Amino acid sequence: MNPGLFCILAVLLVASALSVILQPSPIRSALSLVVTLFLLAVTFLLLDAQLIAALQVIVYAGAIVVLFLFVIMLLNLQEEPRVMARFGTQCAAVLLGSLFLLALVRFAVAPLRPPASAATAGMAAAVPPGFGSVATLANLLFTHFLLAFEITSVLLLVAIVGAVVLAKRRLV
Amino acid sequence: MNVAPISWFLILGAVLFTIGTIGVLVRRNVIVIFLSIELMLNAVNLVFVSFARQLHSMDGQVVVFFVMTVAAAEAAVGLAIILSVFRNRETVNVDELNLLRW
Repeated sequence: MNPGLFCILAVLLVASALSVILQPSPIRSALSLVVTLFLLAVTFLLLDAQLIAALQVIVYAGAIVVLFLFVIMLLNLQEEPRVMARFGTQCAAVLLGSLFLLALVRFAVAPLRPPASAATAGMAAAVPPGFGSVATLANLLFTHFLLAFEITSVLLLVAIVGAVVLAKRRLV
Repeated sequence: MNVAPISWFLILGAVLFTIGTIGVLVRRNVIVIFLSIELMLNAVNLVFVSFARQLHSMDGQVVVFFVMTVAAAEAAVGLAIILSVFRNRETVNVDELNLLRW
């Protein structure tokens, strides 16, 4: 893994994520989120997850954020007088967020329990052949995770019906 | 600093998740709050993929697959709710949406 590439990616990711929450206009927030998602796809490539990276671009940046942009433009919002919460709330949010971040980082730098397999070298070791490929993921999906896969399809059906019912204009 | 390279990815995921959390707490526009939630979901995806790489197990990537599906369903239903709320109340500001508040 190239540390320089990771540093550049990390800086860009944090900058674009901050841009998502700091831009006053929702459209700009959504476009910053697209940038964040593309950068995350590149990070996934660094981690040998080619299929996930492709799905990230196609599903997230291509479908979900377009849905967001579509709704933002459909609502035709006026300029809001107050974008952010009150100053006290902001300070409290940043304070709580920092504490939360400290707690998370405390666990992130803790030494990992070595995995049971021979892959004790972790990140440094080369991945087994087929890692992150469509075939490997599909094999797992249709064998070990078959039940979850089927439940997800039911969930999608429910979401489709729910979205149509909720967004339908009342005819009364 | 003598830490495994995975820690850097985990710290990046933690930072992104925290930015998303602060966005949810600070912003007043429902749609931007939704975008911040997507940011948090993606931070968790990054952690899943990092652990999949570290442990040489594809399970983490399969979970990311499911997270993406659920995120898509959640975005569709959530945006439909926002649309119907906007039709009734003419606003997407969470300060004015207090119907469920006791």
